[in-house]
Amino acid sequence: MAGRWLLEAQLTGSGRPVLHPGEVECYTLSSVDIICEEKPNFPPFRSGVLILTTHRILWIDGTNKSGAAAIPLGAVNHIYSPSKSIKTMFGKSKVRLQVSATADGRIDERGSTAIVIALVLRGKSDLDSFYSRLRDAWSSRSWEASSSNPGRSDSRENSSGFFEGSSGVRMAGVSGILRKEQEMWESTDKSLQEAFQDLNALMSKAKEMVMLAEKMRLKLLSGSTSFGNATNDEEAGSNQEMQDWLLSVGIVSPVTKESAGALYHQQLSRQLADFVRIPLERAGGMIALIDVYCLFNRARGTELISPEDLLQACAIWEKFDVSPVMLRKFDSGVMVIQNKSHSDEEVLAKIKSIVLKSEALKNGISPSDAAIALGIAPLMAKEHLLTAESKGLLCRDISPEGFRFYINLFKDIDPNNIYLVKDHGNYQTWVSTVTVSG
Amino acid sequence: MQRLGDFKLPHFFNYPPYFTLQPIRETREKQVQLWKELILDYCRTQKIFVIGLEEEFPLFSNPVIERSLSHEAKEAFLSALVSEGRAEWMDRGHKRCLILWLRIQDWADCILRFAKDNGLEDTVMTVEEIRSGIESRGTELHGMDRTVLMRALKLLEQKGKVAIFKGASTDDEGVKFSL
Repeated sequence: MAGRWLLEAQLTGSGRPVLHPGEVECYTLSSVDIICEEKPNFPPFRSGVLILTTHRILWIDGTNKSGAAAIPLGAVNHIYSPSKSIKTMFGKSKVRLQVSATADGRIDERGSTAIVIALVLRGKSDLDSFYSRLRDAWSSRSWEASSSNPGRSDSRENSSGFFEGSSGVRMAGVSGILRKEQEMWESTDKSLQEAFQDLNALMSKAKEMVMLAEKMRLKLLSGSTSFGNATNDEEAGSNQEMQDWLLSVGIVSPVTKESAGALYHQQLSRQLADFVRIPLERAGGMIALIDVYCLFNRARGTELISPEDLLQACAIWEKFDVSPVMLRKFDSGVMVIQNKSHSDEEVLAKIKSIVLKSEALKNGISPSDAAIALGIAPLMAKEHLLTAESKGLLCRDISPEGFRFYINLFKDIDPNNIYLVKDHGNYQTWVSTVTVSG
Repeated sequence: MQRLGDFKLPHFFNYPPYFTLQPIRETREKQVQLWKELILDYCRTQKIFVIGLEEEFPLFSNPVIERSLSHEAKEAFLSALVSEGRAEWMDRGHKRCLILWLRIQDWADCILRFAKDNGLEDTVMTVEEIRSGIESRGTELHGMDRTVLMRALKLLEQKGKVAIFKGASTDDEGVKFSL
């Protein structure tokens, strides 16, 4: 798709870009074309989603999920300021970039020639804010920081200090007072500036922490595979725990309303689909929406989302077919996320084996018993039991002691001879279990 | 096996879900079926004609497993009998239910058989004598519900098999068989 002009960009299963280490999304636009007016044989990149990150400009085909292209910001030599004309007020607005390219036209940071590429923003996009974000991302050169040593990016801004000593300036008369006033202004301005730089420093530290966590996780992962069998159980357990903690720090570049704008829910939905895969696997193919909400927000750190946003993000899965997961609403109103391949039959078979144990034959099982036996949350266990009941596998017993489920024996009893106990079957097993115990 | 007086209870009487009205249609149908059979069986052997929903009824609770039927469940099971013509509500509030382990038609046949067996043609008996007299002892008619008996006799009267008339001396009605 990217052809020989742009670089190939990788996508996740649900169509979200795979980001480089330290890369963070800054802005998302829909219906963007990439054209090159100089080269007539430049392939058309029409009407895709454009994602600006700290490292790259990513373009993802809106219709065909397989296509994605990238322009590394490192290859950009110049960003032309958008022309303000009558033409831009109606319809398309363009942002032109001069990028380095190799002699045969391929975009490359070390290219010898340069070509001009235009990003055509169709529809109602906010050209100005995109342009300023692009400039910010480009001038902060964070791709260099993450490839060499992180933290260097700030020094550039530091050096561009504006405040110089006011020695040698006369301090008398009205102009003196004015000058003093001016100095006071400037000093508050400076302290404000510093305060914000502290904040920036904190944020870059946070980035480092996430990177550290990521690194440790990878190390643990490689450790556990290389000498997996040799480690004793305790060590494996603590490894697992450590991994869980690190995983929950997780999302380096959370999709935010600020960065994704109108495409917020769609992008959030894709990110959620990618994220939920691991917790879902661990929960056995089905996980309560509430749990996902907690896990997802914890992984996002400070960029929390509302329950409403989560629900919308899940609802969008149905629209695009890329997600392997789906939202399911039980009759009771409980909502869960499950794999599309998840089958109730498997769970039913497990439940059946649980209720046929002699203790369960005698006393039935409560949702919490089932939760322990199945290794899932009681709320989910109850849903499974109710499903099993509706399939005729179980039946209920409501008493002052609570709500319990038993294997369904009604279908095994002959209504024409209520005293008959057939030689084989669950009823016979039940009768013998109950009578032996007295 | 558990007993209720001299009545032998089936095994599933100790199955706790038997005492909870099942919400799933197919399961409930099976459950209702088993309750209908058990109620009719019990009433037949114990010669019970009326079940009061607000009174203690031995079948509707099981102290061994500490379960008893809710009012809703009792009404559901009895209603199922009513819809099959094996019971009748005796009041609008569904507080008392007449159990017909034999249908009125079957009771009528019983009475005719009883009359034939005892050579009662053209004999006059009181209704009370049929229920508790020496002749009926040992038959199903003995100790039967007066309402049910009257309805069976009325049915026979319509067919011209008996004549019912007010007794001169007693409050009791007389029955003359004309087979």
